[in-house]
Amino acid sequence: MSALGVIGGVVQPVLIVAGSPLLVGLMRQVRARLEGRAGAGVGQPWRDLRKLLRKERIAPRGTSEVFRFAPLVLVATTLVVAVVVPFVATESALDPVADLFAVVALLALGAVALALAGLDTGTAFGGMGASREMTILALVEPTLLVAIFALSVRVGSTNLGAIVSSTLHDPARVISPVSLLAAVALIVVIVAETGRIPVDNPSTHLELTMVHEAMVLEHAGPDLALVELASAMRLSVFLGLLANLFVPWGIATEATPLALLIGVLALVVKVGVLGGLLAAGEVFVAKLRLFRVPELLAGSFLLALLAVAASFFLA
Amino acid sequence: MNLAATGMAAAVAIAVLTALLAVVVRTRTSVVGVGTALTGVAAVVAGAAALAGGSFSVVLPGVLPLSGVSLTLDPLGGLFVAVTGGVAVAAGIYSMSYADTPDLRARGVRVALPLFVVAMVLVPAAANVGTLLVCWELMALTSLVLVVAEHRRGPQVASAGRWYAVMTHLGFVSVLIGLMLFVAHTGDDSFAAMREAGRHLSPAVAGVVFVATLVGFASKAGIVPLHAWLPRAHPEAPSHVSALMSAAMVNLGVYGLVRVGVDLLGGGAAWWWLLVLALGAVSAVYGILQAAMSSDLKRLLGQSTTENMGLVLIGVGAAGLFASSGDRALAALALTAALVHVVGHAAFKTVLFLAAGSVLHATGSRDLDALGGLRPVMPVTTAAFGVGALAASALPPGTAFVSEWLLLQALIHGLPAGGVAAAIAMPVAVAAVALTAGLAVATFVKAFGVGFLAKPRSEAVAGAHESPFTMLAAMGIAAVVCVVLALWPAGILPAVQAAAGGVAVSGDVTLRLNQATGALSPLLLTLGLVAAVAVVAAVMRAAVARRVRREARLWDCGGGPMSARMEYTATSFAEPLQRVFDDVVQPELDVDVSHHEESRYLVQAVEYRRKVPDRIERRLYQPVLSVITAWGRAGRGLAPGSVHRYLGYGFYAVCGVLLLLAVTR
Repeated sequence: MSALGVIGGVVQPVLIVAGSPLLVGLMRQVRARLEGRAGAGVGQPWRDLRKLLRKERIAPRGTSEVFRFAPLVLVATTLVVAVVVPFVATESALDPVADLFAVVALLALGAVALALAGLDTGTAFGGMGASREMTILALVEPTLLVAIFALSVRVGSTNLGAIVSSTLHDPARVISPVSLLAAVALIVVIVAETGRIPVDNPSTHLELTMVHEAMVLEHAGPDLALVELASAMRLSVFLGLLANLFVPWGIATEATPLALLIGVLALVVKVGVLGGLLAAGEVFVAKLRLFRVPELLAGSFLLALLAVAASFFLA
Repeated sequence: MNLAATGMAAAVAIAVLTALLAVVVRTRTSVVGVGTALTGVAAVVAGAAALAGGSFSVVLPGVLPLSGVSLTLDPLGGLFVAVTGGVAVAAGIYSMSYADTPDLRARGVRVALPLFVVAMVLVPAAANVGTLLVCWELMALTSLVLVVAEHRRGPQVASAGRWYAVMTHLGFVSVLIGLMLFVAHTGDDSFAAMREAGRHLSPAVAGVVFVATLVGFASKAGIVPLHAWLPRAHPEAPSHVSALMSAAMVNLGVYGLVRVGVDLLGGGAAWWWLLVLALGAVSAVYGILQAAMSSDLKRLLGQSTTENMGLVLIGVGAAGLFASSGDRALAALALTAALVHVVGHAAFKTVLFLAAGSVLHATGSRDLDALGGLRPVMPVTTAAFGVGALAASALPPGTAFVSEWLLLQALIHGLPAGGVAAAIAMPVAVAAVALTAGLAVATFVKAFGVGFLAKPRSEAVAGAHESPFTMLAAMGIAAVVCVVLALWPAGILPAVQAAAGGVAVSGDVTLRLNQATGALSPLLLTLGLVAAVAVVAAVMRAAVARRVRREARLWDCGGGPMSARMEYTATSFAEPLQRVFDDVVQPELDVDVSHHEESRYLVQAVEYRRKVPDRIERRLYQPVLSVITAWGRAGRGLAPGSVHRYLGYGFYAVCGVLLLLAVTR
């Protein structure tokens, strides 16, 4: 455990927790402006969280501890990921956890906790949301793993730090077909996993189309605040992962204040730009019908598979 | 006599004594259960001693005519003996109260249980073909008796028994043909002699031997397309027997494959292992897809066994492929991953089947669409099933997570190493493992979330009660083993490596190959997760103004309290997935709409039926079965029931033979 790793392990979660609601605010603001509205401002998600935290805690009748612990587990898994993944510094505080398979599985664990909470309520909405979320997860997880496999093969390791460092040392890899195919596949699954248009609409409450929102319908007050915070954090984590897997420049490789400052700024800029692009893209796309979503995900799975095949034949 | 030999002797002695007691005196069920559990303990001791290096060899020529009994316990066999023993401990304790029903108190059933366990313990210890085949057959027969133990429940039990009997014996015949061909070329049926001669077999003969034994062993492991018996027999067997079959018996198919393919035949050609890899990949994906569609709890678990054995075969196939291209270290890593998965699967499948049995015991139902709401009434069973489900779905902290990580490490390093065949096989294998992981999550969320959480969906469930202490204890033991394996895989890695033939996997699942180092610490991961939960909970306590939770009504759209019929069921939960994989599973939908007589525009009733048949079974088995049925029908004309005609057949047959002899001599 190096000094750089420890500093990264402290700075990263703080940055993600503090910054992710701002990212969501930024994306909403970009969208509002493009649609000709004034928008509520970048700080609105934080104001919403403060409001929710002040409200009363609710225990819906007939729910068990699964329902109560799910928001905690969701935030905790994302927090662990925020600690271990090389966002600001190339070294990780908990190196034996900074593995791509572990990170993907941790994020899936959070989604599973929420889906179980949805089923635990025993309402039609909860079950519906859980069923749809699990269907999407069952298709997203393979794509994530295969795309990641394509990136790991040439490094010979699934350790995130190793992958990021190897890209830093050999910049030409970024424009190889392997990287490009894997990047497209990852972008599609990240859109699906974070529940953005065209897979899910975070601002809808219509029965026919809800996925994530149906699952968390029974959460209220502080629990809802945790769920909202966690989904913002997941968005930031995924975008940060995408940015650093393909464009790692700016990340701190040594434990000096200047390098760390540059690392933080680089992450903020990269995630901000990606978020802005995603929000701008959402304005021009309509939501897909739920049963067309698998076609999109199957396409991205195929791209990821092509990336793996390419990684052998171009090696 | 070392510890391994003592353990084996004790296991055989206790099992035989228990069986004799069950025959001679009318013992109580708990005696048989304790005897079975003690047999398991002795087997665990023997297996652990063999893994630690204390192998033994014994030859008893007089016991069996012709070949004699010959037993050897090496590390590979020891691993399987230990796993079988572990499952038997839990199943034995569980059966003490579970098997206390009129059907399971029957003498034959009580005798069969310890004999089944001891047969499974002896198979990996057999050191010649004769012993192997006798134990294999004893295992098949005793398990058949146990499968049909509850035949009074309905005709489906007898049908499951018939499927199992026919398929297991066809598999036996296949193994027999393969091994006999092998022995014909070596002249000696001891494994030591075969190991020597196996290196010098011609590729054609070796290939035939391998394929014939592969067919037999794959049918035992429930590998597609020879899996048809598994989702029938496992649900209909009593639950502790399901656990024994699903967690211990299917492993022996893998054992046979490794023993014959890797050990006796010494590796062989790359196409063998590509075949194994392909079978594994198809089984893994198809098995979990069927499980995802299933709404019968025990059937779902049985189909998940096919999936897990598929994953194991992917590891074994990759190991063989790497070995045939000369990369020994990587081969050992892949085999280690496969064997770790065998151990992990045994642990979590035991928990899951025992918990499912507990549900069946309490509610009389294993239909997920009728279950739900078990958490308040059966907290221990729910917790045990939750642990098992987490372990089965490749999520941290679970056992399958560790073994699949190891498997992926082997596949990643195999891509640059193995040539063009590997370049095609490895990505497909990774895709299969990844797809399986994703679908397994959905499957076990369905099984746990729909089966145990929410509100009861039927009257029977509402009146459920927690199971007796011994059943809970058995589940508890298995669940603890699951957790230990998940958090501290380093504890079993040296043993598994000894069985796999040595590779540098050490410490907290750190692996070192020639160029790369990979590390994963499930313990650190879990500690991190627990710490994060604690931090978030503490922050929430500090930040939240009002701490007391107010109980509130669920959101019912203002339509009054919701009934259990409005809940999502397992079928509706799986519906989107079924739509996605429509082309693969080909479900049969049947919608009947009846109209009012006065007007065709008014609907009177809508009847909706959905079935997800096993497509491979339908395509492959139905034609064969219909040909056999037609053949039987044609033959029926010869047997109209007339005694005169039968005597006539005999007369003409004898005349024919005499004529033949007269002409030829």
